[in-house]
Amino acid sequence: MSDAKERIDALVKSNDVVLFMKGTALFPQCGFSSRAVAILDHLGSKYETVDVLQDQEIRQGIKEYSDWPTIPQLYVKGEFVGGSDIMMEMFESGELQQLVDAKAA
Amino acid sequence: MPMRAEDIEAMIVAAIPDARVEIRDLAGDGDHYAARVVSESFAGMNRVRQHQAVYAALKGKMGGELHALQLETAIPSGDHK
Repeated sequence: MSDAKERIDALVKSNDVVLFMKGTALFPQCGFSSRAVAILDHLGSKYETVDVLQDQEIRQGIKEYSDWPTIPQLYVKGEFVGGSDIMMEMFESGELQQLVDAKAA
Repeated sequence: MPMRAEDIEAMIVAAIPDARVEIRDLAGDGDHYAARVVSESFAGMNRVRQHQAVYAALKGKMGGELHALQLETAIPSGDHK
């Protein structure tokens, strides 16, 4: 595993809910990342964010790690959940709340 | 470099022949699209795999040339909408 992959692996495995995004939760730098943060805020569970704009290796590495071409990307308890469109669909159906609550228990 | 909606649709249909594709140009700038893709081939795939199949059809343009494509996938007479 490359250095970036190892670092991503550690982030994904050490945080129950982690969002790879552009910018920070307070200052998202892209509309899709902003939407993802708004969804997580609504869920009311604790989450970590990783700003890929601060780290080119992570920015490229996460796309390969997940086989997913865009940012943001959400991981819950080590599993890739999807990007902001899937997050929105799952949020509206209540699935995302269930997933996050189950993992937090 | 923006892509035309017809080109996006053509690439998706080339890879997923039975796909019904609806594309909306969200901002009228040829750079921010929403697509709904409906195909029998998505049966048995979870959402991540369905989206990955569409991204694969776009052969690396997603996240590069194509910055913004909101994506919704479904199976015909499927489980929602």
